Amino acid sequence: MKRVYAREEYCLGCKLCEVYCVTSHSKSKDIVKAHKLEEITPRIIIESKDNISFALQCRHCEAADCTKACITGAIQKDEETGIVNYDAVRCVGCWTCIMACSYGVIRRDEYGDKVISKCDLCITEEEPACVTNCPNSALEFEERE
Amino acid sequence: MKGSRAEEKIMSGCAISGILNRKGNRFSGEEIIDSIALMHERSNGLGGGFAAYGIYPEFKEQYAIHMFYDDLDAKEEVEYFLNRHFNIAVAEKIPTREVDKISNPPIIWRYFAMPNEQKLSEFGLADDEYVAQSVMNINANYRGAFVVSSGKNMGVFKGVGYPEDIGDFYKLEEYEAYLWTAHGRFPTNTPGWWGGAHPFTLLDWSIVHNGEISSYGANKRYLEMFGYKCTMQTDTEAITYLFDLMLRKHKLSLESAVKAVAAPLWSEIERMEPKEKKIATAIRTIYGNALLNGPFSIILGHKDGFLALNDRIKLRPLVVAEDEERTYVASEESAIREICSEPEKVWTPRGGEPVIGLLEGREEVWA
Amino acid sequence: MGLDYNIPEFIIERDQDRCIDCQVCQHQCANQVHAYDQDLEKMVAQDIDCVNCHRCVTLCPTNALIIRENPSEYKKNKNWTGNMIENIQKQAATGGILLTGMGNPTAKKIYWDHILLNASQVTNPSIDPLREPMELKTFLGRKPDQIEFDDNGELKDLPPQLELDIPIMFGAMSFGSISINACKSLAKAASDLGLMYNTGEGGLHQDLYQYGQRTIVQVASGRFGVHNEYLNAGAAVEIKVGQGAKPGIGGHLPGEKVGAEVSKTRMIPKGSDALSPAPHHDIYSIEDLRQLIYALKEATDYKKPVSVKIAAVHNVAAIASGIASAGADIIAIDGYRGGTGAAPTMIRDNVGIPVELALAAVDDRLRQEGLRKNVSLVVSGSIRNSADIVKAVALGADAVYIASAALISLGCHMCQKCYTGKCNWGIATQRPELVKRLNPEVGAQRVKNLITGWSHEIKEILGGMGINALESLRGNRLMLRGIDLTEKELEILGIKHAGK
Repeated sequence: MKRVYAREEYCLGCKLCEVYCVTSHSKSKDIVKAHKLEEITPRIIIESKDNISFALQCRHCEAADCTKACITGAIQKDEETGIVNYDAVRCVGCWTCIMACSYGVIRRDEYGDKVISKCDLCITEEEPACVTNCPNSALEFEERE
Repeated sequence: MKGSRAEEKIMSGCAISGILNRKGNRFSGEEIIDSIALMHERSNGLGGGFAAYGIYPEFKEQYAIHMFYDDLDAKEEVEYFLNRHFNIAVAEKIPTREVDKISNPPIIWRYFAMPNEQKLSEFGLADDEYVAQSVMNINANYRGAFVVSSGKNMGVFKGVGYPEDIGDFYKLEEYEAYLWTAHGRFPTNTPGWWGGAHPFTLLDWSIVHNGEISSYGANKRYLEMFGYKCTMQTDTEAITYLFDLMLRKHKLSLESAVKAVAAPLWSEIERMEPKEKKIATAIRTIYGNALLNGPFSIILGHKDGFLALNDRIKLRPLVVAEDEERTYVASEESAIREICSEPEKVWTPRGGEPVIGLLEGREEVWA
Repeated sequence: MGLDYNIPEFIIERDQDRCIDCQVCQHQCANQVHAYDQDLEKMVAQDIDCVNCHRCVTLCPTNALIIRENPSEYKKNKNWTGNMIENIQKQAATGGILLTGMGNPTAKKIYWDHILLNASQVTNPSIDPLREPMELKTFLGRKPDQIEFDDNGELKDLPPQLELDIPIMFGAMSFGSISINACKSLAKAASDLGLMYNTGEGGLHQDLYQYGQRTIVQVASGRFGVHNEYLNAGAAVEIKVGQGAKPGIGGHLPGEKVGAEVSKTRMIPKGSDALSPAPHHDIYSIEDLRQLIYALKEATDYKKPVSVKIAAVHNVAAIASGIASAGADIIAIDGYRGGTGAAPTMIRDNVGIPVELALAAVDDRLRQEGLRKNVSLVVSGSIRNSADIVKAVALGADAVYIASAALISLGCHMCQKCYTGKCNWGIATQRPELVKRLNPEVGAQRVKNLITGWSHEIKEILGGMGINALESLRGNRLMLRGIDLTEKELEILGIKHAGK
């Protein structure tokens, strides 16, 4: 399946991916309103230390630990698209998934009704917003072996 | 000469025609006049002319120098120069007849001459180079004088008027040549001077040309580096000198010269056999500034025959025909059919594809 | 020394209604202009450190930033302008030479803008490059007077030539003055497009050897990074005598830019200043130059053309003629608007002459001496667009070097602070966190897009003139007319005034 891959050597650490992730997952889809009026946790995380930075988000693992850890079946892998989906209605907020994820890309949602926040690959768009808006092509959305 | 110091190159449209008897049999000027006259509409009466090869068999070793003079002063000055630098066998007025439509001709004279031996060895030049430099010198430095042609056993007859009237004026029916070329002119400005008519010549190269050379500025400055002076401000003059440079001075074959002036496209060169490709690439690399760009069809006349050529993307008309003894070339097919109603073969060459008409036994000139 | 008399050159205006406090500007500014103030709970800016490179403006996702020149005005004075006063304040504070980067920005006449191009109407047809072939191929190198065949009728080999698909090359910019990613972007673009790029005096980084066939390796007065493998890695060798932005002086790459890679490539100790002497200390005369030209030809087995690059100075025509006679295959003339990574401001803005006039004079002189048909001529020094290139070729150039334009396509916004090493666009810097900002794949694509666009424009212009091969434009000054030029200027340029 197509996944988002980070190219650390070109990541500026500018965090525009986070900005556009938030906008993409907002109700208004307006960058200013999304940040000023809505409360959204970005699903992509820039990790940086000194001069090294890179973006991290859900890897949509083949055998995803989070799906096994979830006690209510709120996280499941879609066999067709390969996307690891999260269903807020089923979620009871036990955070087992957060502990199970070896990449650390499932975060507590700090604002909304949902309990966790994770990448959904912007399924309704052609390409995830973080990839489209990376100013240095440091994120690639592609099929890799 | 009047108009010869015009600031601009002179732009023109035109008609051209040529007839070669490949066996070298000579024929009168009547047919070439008929041919070019049929294309009357392609001229506007501001210039017509003819080149004829083989017309002076009795003086065939001598350079036949055709001259225009504005006045007797100019004639006197040039003759002073010619007498010092040449041994003149004959100096005479070129015969003409009164023609209503031809007015204000210059003084028209011809000389059969050989370079002065002493001067020749003094300058250490070959005959042809000596003559070429003398021609360039007269055209550049003698006011009111113009060298019309300077080859051996050939001559150019040209002036202001429709070509058929010019032919009549010069009594061309009385000359016999194995190669005739002709030109009817439609200049877009009107300098109206006799020297500006085609053909343009140097030694026995003559050019009749339909079109405009957009690369003139580049060609002219390239030629200047080899000592050519483009004083007539016409692109046709530059074409003549380019052929002189490549064929006479650099001893290129006609085939190679064609590859310079109507160079094959790089995309064509890419597809050539390795050896041919190497040569074509070298020619374009060295002779890039000799490339003729812009719309043209030309007939280059010389003692061995002619070369007719279109620009690379064929922006001017050119038709060729052949019968048993002759090769015809003209702007329009009708101009050929007028004098040869049933040619064995008629075709339209592609852009940049040379048409070679050579006397039998002179084929080595091509490659 | 107490109070710094300098005031901010630029003022940053932030539209608080748009600002979303995302801090992208803060993360992007190597000058640390932007910061999030915890107490005020909003972004603030330190105007005095802003160089107006537009990195923050470009990356701000909500267009909340505007940078203006400081609107504070000095008392009107045509002589003592604000700029003059500020320069003096700077020097009074530091005691140093005024330094700057990129090309001469002063309001002197730009001759390109006073030259107009011709087009066909009626008497010859213009040519549509979308339908007809249009050829821009150019060969640089020594040409014989005429084609020659040996006794067996075999073509004699021509001296080595550089084949360019478009008459554009990327001018000399060293690894050191620009980042490895900028070098890679240019090298890759040159390879993909069939052009050349020039190493400048920085040696050749190992990663760039793969682009050797599209590389001109430079030999300058410091001889940095010059060795046999280097000379033979490229397709041509260029001796740099002078640079348009700083004729008559050498170069200085500060030690802080000499990191491990630059050190290795230049073959100098890490952290040491790389000082290029003003002259080549083995070239004090034209005959010395000849010796170096032939030394380089020997070293490269006569398989590579040798170029000599000089700055356009007063006597440029005679110098160029000497260079041609000394055996150079290509002469490169760099005009006084040419760029630089670092130069003393006074020199950049006052030394040298416009490349347009230099080109016309050199081409004329070489033609008078019959040398132009043998030697190739390349010009540089602020070629800003495709029309400038067409004008340069019509004036007599075989090809042009572009450098500033290429860097602008990579992101440079002409802040002229290359010498600080803090280029926010990852171009004129060696700081790893800044270098990585220029992804060479993105960079190469942007440069390629620029050149592709220019080549389309050149073809359109040529077609309009009724010309379908570049060689018919070369030196074809009939295609040019001047406007607002004096008789003398027209005479030097060898063109007529519009209307004539």
